[in-house]
Amino acid sequence: MSSSAFFNISAGAYIAALVIYVIYLVTRNKTVGVSATTMTIFGFVSQTIAFLIRWSNSYTFWMTSNPSSGLVEALLRAAPLRNLYESLIFFVWSLIMIHLIIEFKYKIRSLGAFVTPIAALALLFIDISGTSKEIQPLIPALQSNWLLFHVLLAFLGYAAFGVSFGAAAAYIVMVTESRKEKTYIFWSLIIGIFIIVLVAMGIDFMSLSADERKNLIQSHFLKSTFRSESGGVVAASVVISIAFLFALWQMGFGLKKVLASLSVTTTMLEEIEYKSIAIGFPLFTLGGLLMGAIWANSAWGKYWSWDPKETWSLITWFVYALYLHARFIGGWRGKRVAILSVIGFVAVIFTYLGVNLVLSGLHAYGSG
Amino acid sequence: MAEKDKKDLFETIWSMLASVQLAVAVFIVLALSSIIGTIVEQQAEPAKNLALLAKFFGDSAAPTVYNIFAKLGFMDMYRSWWFVSFLSLFSINLIVCSIDRFPKTWKLVNLPFKPLAEHVIKTLPVKKEIKFRTASSAAVKDEFLNSLKASRYHVLESTEDNATQLYCQKGKYSRLGVYVVHLSIILIFVGAIIGARFGFGGHLNLPEGQFSDVAYTSDGGEIPLGFTVKCNWYETSYYEGLDTPMEFQSELVVIENGREVLTKAIQVNDPLTYKGITFYQSSYGMLPNARGQFIITVTPSGGRPETLRLMFGDSFEIPGTGISGTIDDFSPALGSDRRTGNLTTYSENMVNPAVGVIFNMPGQDAFKGWIFKRYPQTGMLQGGHSIRFDDYWGAEYTGLQVSRDPGVWLIYIACIIMAIGLYVAFFMSHKKIWVHVAHESPGGKGPVRISLGGNTSRNKFAFEKEIDHIFTRASQAVEARQAKK
Repeated sequence: MSSSAFFNISAGAYIAALVIYVIYLVTRNKTVGVSATTMTIFGFVSQTIAFLIRWSNSYTFWMTSNPSSGLVEALLRAAPLRNLYESLIFFVWSLIMIHLIIEFKYKIRSLGAFVTPIAALALLFIDISGTSKEIQPLIPALQSNWLLFHVLLAFLGYAAFGVSFGAAAAYIVMVTESRKEKTYIFWSLIIGIFIIVLVAMGIDFMSLSADERKNLIQSHFLKSTFRSESGGVVAASVVISIAFLFALWQMGFGLKKVLASLSVTTTMLEEIEYKSIAIGFPLFTLGGLLMGAIWANSAWGKYWSWDPKETWSLITWFVYALYLHARFIGGWRGKRVAILSVIGFVAVIFTYLGVNLVLSGLHAYGSG
Repeated sequence: MAEKDKKDLFETIWSMLASVQLAVAVFIVLALSSIIGTIVEQQAEPAKNLALLAKFFGDSAAPTVYNIFAKLGFMDMYRSWWFVSFLSLFSINLIVCSIDRFPKTWKLVNLPFKPLAEHVIKTLPVKKEIKFRTASSAAVKDEFLNSLKASRYHVLESTEDNATQLYCQKGKYSRLGVYVVHLSIILIFVGAIIGARFGFGGHLNLPEGQFSDVAYTSDGGEIPLGFTVKCNWYETSYYEGLDTPMEFQSELVVIENGREVLTKAIQVNDPLTYKGITFYQSSYGMLPNARGQFIITVTPSGGRPETLRLMFGDSFEIPGTGISGTIDDFSPALGSDRRTGNLTTYSENMVNPAVGVIFNMPGQDAFKGWIFKRYPQTGMLQGGHSIRFDDYWGAEYTGLQVSRDPGVWLIYIACIIMAIGLYVAFFMSHKKIWVHVAHESPGGKGPVRISLGGNTSRNKFAFEKEIDHIFTRASQAVEARQAKK
């Protein structure tokens, strides 16, 4: 079987797991919970196989154009972490891995209902953003031994931040006493905007031809809804979005009871939210910032040039540094730090997608 | 009185500079202001940012907004006085708070490590208790000692009033990890300052076959190199059958006092360094109106290849064949138009260079043929003779980033220190364990009672698991001994 066949199986399994995790939240039936976990593990194994097959294919691809490469060099160059498509897939893989570790370590199954949606959204994004899935030749700038370690560590960090975000989102719902609380309104807005942007991109995707889809983000982003030429469509999009945000704000509150009835404790969520950052922060600092700087120096002769990608990773780093200092030295707890975890992950998404897709810069090769 | 006021003022400023509130404020200000510089293009042509601002503020307001932004330093923000001031404040805050907090931490690290009273052990964050009916306290103590040692603790022992206590600690220096990270950030700042003060960053566009003994700054100033650098050739290689570049390469020669001292083919991730100055492959391009040389290798069937350097309009012969050709045309990127199928030049860069040759063959009319550099089979002629198009030389320049950064070694050291510091700060903890072993009744009688307690500076969850493991291992060993008896 091909890499993409295994990948499609895993994507299907993750989405099935998402549904089963949600059923588990509602029914609280242990068998349902076990099958959610089993489905996730099944998806994870399948994705691991897909990843290895792709690595092997890409190794063969590299060797055809560079027959004189040594084994180690070819393996490093062939690591499937080279473009948007491959890195998003690796993000999903890391996210699920960290989730499974936490699920087993903390015996907290319901976190799956908050983490699998992030994985599903990433998978959905891969499909509707129309990024190329082909194995592409490696452009000169990426032909470095740093590629594998830089991307690997940075993405493990991103995934840990993603898990922290899931825990923080669950935490905020659990501690909300009234819908009028600012934290909860903020929560509804962020989660709502995530969903709205993805749905809007889905509408773009459906209204475009296969050829146009390749440039969905660059040329057609939200053109079918919010940026439509017809004023009526824009107005309708805005009205529907506001209605959706309102509904989410009304209904999201209900999650609180569900979580409480599953004996998920706020302490546990806080611990996961913090622990994930404590793992993600050193990985991201080392892999994302430091290795990125060293690589930039060996490729361009400047370890730091304030290009948008570098700057946004620094902004992300500031947010998580703020989280750690506020928590350890300032003694902040609860909602205040949970919000920082949410903001941190929004910064992660912008560092990763926003910069490549919206802002231009030295890292523009990530947009293929 | 005045002395005291001065001291108070100093202390106020000090505690303000050391405060976490300042750290939080600086984090927020740096993060938010950094965003501006990622939206407004930095050091760009004014027209670019004017167009951007017009999108947000409208055409009429854009110039005014531009001027305000320019005054605020947004167009070169990361070098503006206020941004640099915030960075300085960040480092001052970092230094002052580290100095302020270090003595307390040092005290914690060097706290005399002593046995605790049993009732204190019972109040520790992680605790365990068990009784063994028939074992001797010496045997129980031995098993706990072994178990702690197996988990690589260096165990101390004290005996008092018929009770023995085992106590041990691990990773006390892990409390210093955060200071190591802070130190590394300061070293990065120092390295950056050294680089900015004593180094330079410039560029140099060097045509094939040309020399230079200077590089240029972004505003056009000359930077003397102290030696001469020459570009032998520049070459983009492509993946087979694709127009995706595989490598950008140029061969550079360093010439000092009229002697060639170093020759190296540089690539994107593989620069050349000489006397502290590094040349990076950063761009390339075609020279306008250049008259390059066509480097062509002709091989008669079964004969020896011969390489020729020809100019536009020159003629050549394949020795002993009677076939001759004239260089008549050149395209840097020849391809066929998708719709019409006609030959067309699809790029100004040498993506798919081809030379057009008018051939004269015995007994045939003259005809024109294209020979592609990337597709040698296009030069295979009837009768097994061949013409290979090696290069169109002298028409391209290599774009070099030239820099000298005497602070970069410090940055590398700081990176290593930070990696170590992060590991210590986030993945290690200061763990302490006390095990109190005593018989229930005085005089070495009755069951043996174990009270174990411990605390850790972080990661309580893992510590609990470790304690569980140590405790279970020891208890099982004691029970096994009892069973043997």
